[in-house]
Amino acid sequence: MGCFQFGGFDEMSESAERSLQGRLLHRLGYLLQRNWRSLVLFIPFFWLLLFFLAPFFIVLKISLAEAVIASPPFTPMIDWVDEGIMHIRVVIDNYAYLWEDDLYAKTYLNSLKIASISTILCLLVGYPMAYAIVRAKHTTKHVLLMLVILPFWTSFLLRVYAWMGLLADQGTINNLLIAIGVIDEPLRMLYTPFAVYVGIVYTYVPFMILPLYANMEKLDWTLLEAAADLGAKPMTTFFTVTLPMTFPGIIAGSLLVFIPATGEYVIPDLLGGGNVLMIGRILYNEFNANIDWPVASAVAIALLLLLVLPMMLYQHIQMKQNEAE
Amino acid sequence: MNNGKRSYFLITTTCFGIAFLYIPMILLVFYSFNKSRIVPVWGGFSTRWYGVLFESEEVWEAVGLSLKVATVNATFAMLLGTLAGLALVRFGRFRGRTLFSGMISAPLVMPEVITGLSLLLLFITLKEFIGWPDQRGFTTITIAHITFSMAYVAVIIQSRLTGMAQDLEEAAQDLGAKPFRVLTDITLPLLAPGMLAGWLLAFTLSLDDLIIASFVTGPGAVTLPILIYSRIRLGLRPDINALATIIILAVAIGVLLAAWIMFRQQKQRELELKMSEEV
Repeated sequence: MGCFQFGGFDEMSESAERSLQGRLLHRLGYLLQRNWRSLVLFIPFFWLLLFFLAPFFIVLKISLAEAVIASPPFTPMIDWVDEGIMHIRVVIDNYAYLWEDDLYAKTYLNSLKIASISTILCLLVGYPMAYAIVRAKHTTKHVLLMLVILPFWTSFLLRVYAWMGLLADQGTINNLLIAIGVIDEPLRMLYTPFAVYVGIVYTYVPFMILPLYANMEKLDWTLLEAAADLGAKPMTTFFTVTLPMTFPGIIAGSLLVFIPATGEYVIPDLLGGGNVLMIGRILYNEFNANIDWPVASAVAIALLLLLVLPMMLYQHIQMKQNEAE
Repeated sequence: MNNGKRSYFLITTTCFGIAFLYIPMILLVFYSFNKSRIVPVWGGFSTRWYGVLFESEEVWEAVGLSLKVATVNATFAMLLGTLAGLALVRFGRFRGRTLFSGMISAPLVMPEVITGLSLLLLFITLKEFIGWPDQRGFTTITIAHITFSMAYVAVIIQSRLTGMAQDLEEAAQDLGAKPFRVLTDITLPLLAPGMLAGWLLAFTLSLDDLIIASFVTGPGAVTLPILIYSRIRLGLRPDINALATIIILAVAIGVLLAAWIMFRQQKQRELELKMSEEV
């Protein structure tokens, strides 16, 4: 009898719990229906605040600390000396070090130089291709566009690796040139700046072609015919009509090549060897080989400051484009 | 093209451009069947490097981890990216909008070394304060990948939403559907192809990432790009050529299949449009 009663009691509490759960679920569903907008916004917003914005402040904080042999290998910013007495330690030595050591200034300038020249080379290769794709007939256009996009889906690392095989002393190009008798000694191409340029242009040219294509596709090409009808030579038409019309595409494509190329790590490491200094590589080595976190953080902040203007320009263009649509 | 000379120039540059893009990859595939250990010196046809590749347990483990990270990443990035895209296009003005749109598009152009370094330092700081993540590996790589992949998904969703006619949504609203119902019954189904495209892009981006993963990984968690990189740093290796061939083949089949499906769908739609016009 007692047992039965207990059982009954249990059942009752269970059903009460269930109805509570049901009510809670109902309430949750109601809340979801009323407030789904804030939820839609809150989830990605919170994610980005935590995993995108907060990390930058941590990098900034560590860049203002001193390196010590400990775990973590830097001094804390805030020390509690006594109860309630806070000691804030901010060290700008790392930035001073970057400023004074020639290596960093040279590396920054070299990264900017390599990125700028690569961007121009990408433009020279990509512009005629984008133009040709836009002016091609329907089916050809789709095939060409596909051919440009396809390498983008394959591994970036393996595309760089392919050039190691082509450019090596015993590589395909040298073997070919020796076989046909153009040269006797292999040309040194791998581990030179030349190899880095080839690698960057090769991997980034689709990023130039696609924005250019997107821009050119919307243009009114009858203007070219009008210019020709009015007696303009092809060269004149190009410089006075085509080039100005495609300018937004040129800027978008150039920024998409220039910004990541400045911070590039893999290409200078695999194709440039020790001979090509680029800032991404210094940062990586400072962090992983030298375990100097504060200097690595200072390098990251300095790189960010260098790229913040082009990045804002890119965002501005994207926003204007979105508004126009 | 009515101007013969210029069109000749265009055809030549396009052919050179396409050759420039494809010859290195074709050579990569070609030398994977090389018998010789020295990659660019032909020593006869052989498939021995595929055998070497398949026997390596390291490679299988790395493939497994990379696929796991890519799948989880793509799913979360698709969900978060879709929410972000919806908020940016359909919510009008809200507080923090500038910050939000800045944060969503910044990962697209942020140098990978910076993203990788900053996320690693975040994980280390979090561990110090709340004890999580207690070990770096699958979880930290996946979180890092979601953070940059969702930006790409959001861009795709944004462009889909701005290009999409709003008449169906308005019709549903006029018929008395609440905004939430409009979202689940009209907007999301219409967005499905864009979400799928976003999933695929996020999946590929994750499979391709070396730098961010090598910053935020821990001991024992080796993704495929990290493995490939550690091998090719020391020079050319024929088994990597074999691996490259398999990857290129898989991607080519995937992209061609996707293109074929899209082509079919477009044809179908054109046909339906024509029929409805005739009626």
